[in-house]
Amino acid sequence: MQRFIARRFVFMIFSLLAATMVVFGLSRATGDPLLLYAKPGGYGMSPEQIEALTKKLGLDKPLVVQYFMWLGRAIKGDFGRTILDERPVLQVIRLKIFNTMRLAMGALLWAVTISIPLGVLSAVKRGTFWDYAGRAFAIFGMCAPAFWVGLMAIVLFAVKLGWLPAASMDPLRSAPFSWTNIKYYIMPAIILGWYPAAALLRLTRSAMLEILDSEFIKFARSKGVRETAVVWKHAFRNAMIPPLTMMAVMLGGFIAGAIVIEQVFAWPGMGRLSVDAIFNNDFPLLTGCVLLFACMFVLANFLADIAYAYLDPRIRYT
Amino acid sequence: MAEGMAAVTTVAQRSRQVVVGGWRLMRRWPVIPAVILVGIAMMAILATWIAPQGPYDQDLNARNAPPVWQAGTWYEEHPKVQQRYFLGADYVGRDLLSRIMYGARISLQVSGIAALAGMTIGSGLGLIAGYFGGLIDEFIMRLVDAWLSLPFILVAMVVAIVLGQSVAIMMGILALMAWSSFTRNVRAEVLSLKTRDYVSLAKISGASTPRILIAHILPGVVNTMVVILALRLGGLIMGEATLSFLGAGIPSPTPAWGLMVSEGKDYVDTAYWTSLFPGIFIFLLVMSWNFLGDWFRDYMDPRLRQL
Repeated sequence: MQRFIARRFVFMIFSLLAATMVVFGLSRATGDPLLLYAKPGGYGMSPEQIEALTKKLGLDKPLVVQYFMWLGRAIKGDFGRTILDERPVLQVIRLKIFNTMRLAMGALLWAVTISIPLGVLSAVKRGTFWDYAGRAFAIFGMCAPAFWVGLMAIVLFAVKLGWLPAASMDPLRSAPFSWTNIKYYIMPAIILGWYPAAALLRLTRSAMLEILDSEFIKFARSKGVRETAVVWKHAFRNAMIPPLTMMAVMLGGFIAGAIVIEQVFAWPGMGRLSVDAIFNNDFPLLTGCVLLFACMFVLANFLADIAYAYLDPRIRYT
Repeated sequence: MAEGMAAVTTVAQRSRQVVVGGWRLMRRWPVIPAVILVGIAMMAILATWIAPQGPYDQDLNARNAPPVWQAGTWYEEHPKVQQRYFLGADYVGRDLLSRIMYGARISLQVSGIAALAGMTIGSGLGLIAGYFGGLIDEFIMRLVDAWLSLPFILVAMVVAIVLGQSVAIMMGILALMAWSSFTRNVRAEVLSLKTRDYVSLAKISGASTPRILIAHILPGVVNTMVVILALRLGGLIMGEATLSFLGAGIPSPTPAWGLMVSEGKDYVDTAYWTSLFPGIFIFLLVMSWNFLGDWFRDYMDPRLRQL
């Protein structure tokens, strides 16, 4: 088990290193980053000043050296300053990341509470109404574009019915679990969580179907164990291994989903921050965001691998 | 005998047979997704002839014209509007139905070409990684891992903004989205294929490495490739629509469905149809591809279920 973790950990570091290379390459892809600070002509920069700036930013060194300089600073948590208002990147990110986390937590809560019971139900009552309801839920979540569902939800629930606020977070910052605060989470969290919920539901359903078909379930039934106990004690516990590990991966998936959802609902989080960074050509900020996303994603996958290996010993030997 | 049987079958039984038969047919074959897909493909192919207007024809008098069944007295109040807009018109008075028809072209073209390009590159890398093994394999697989750890939408947006927006660039970006799953699965398949006797025999009889790869191993992985192709297409269409919606995909004024949803979003409180209908078509297309992909996978090879 320790060797497995060590191996996975080394792979994780490799993945992250490769990801940083892509990020760094992207940040240099616009051409000379100097031009972001000093447009040729126009700002009245003398050649000496430009030279000094080049030295200060380390742009006179070879690209490989620049990469390692950037990496060294990034490891220490220094992602540089944003171009737009010269604030430290990490500080800007810190202001936004918790908003995204809160949204992701809401989405996770909703995804888990709806998908696992519905997944179990549609496996146990295969071919009935519940099965079809579960499948319809999954199909809609998988195939309907989130940005469109969000927009239509705003039209219906905010504009036409006026039940829920149309966008953004609670401007009054009322108490964390008060209704005025929660109202703002309902639509974005449900729509953000729908796709992962659909995936989780399908996984739960197929895992349950497989387990319910196995010998030890037949044995439990023939022994006269009550059906509820068969389903929840014998089958459910064993079927939960794949969905549980998938939840870690889901958290990674929320990050990608958040980019779209935050755009639709004007949610002040990481997703919107990074999209704004792209449109403002703010590369220090963007590389910081992308790197953070990549770290979270790789870490989530690492944890999922370990959880899987821990729960299912067969994995370790393959 | 047969006539006697037919005579005793009542109308009720006959209709029951039709219903049950239809139900069986639909469970066995993906009838509804296929019908939707063929419908959308026909729209794309025939758009030039069947679309009521051109995709770029504007009439500012018909801004945000409602769909016909919602129109009420709208056309009486706007006497200058010459045309009838079946699904309504967008914010500069372009016919939504026509733009949706032309948009089907963009969607299918972009996702289809991107998927084929991704399949070629990804399967090629998978063949190489699986067959040669060792350091090459390790390098390619770590590359796949690193690629999958990046938030794809952000990378795609950066690429689109750095290189500029066009349909061709969009195809490239989506090909980047598609390749990795081909690499993973093709590699896994090659790992088992290359130990087969017929590959060893080919090697002994002096076949060159490219020949072994293309003539002996590739045919064995085509199944997997095609199944993944079918499974990935829905995701690619969704990716294109999402990027276009975020403003980093197909450039305006090209009729792309994601872009149309986005163009309608500022008017959504008064003219919801400008965003509603293009979105419905994205949903239908993605759904039918996903269904067909799932079905195709089970049909080709039930062992591939975990893909």
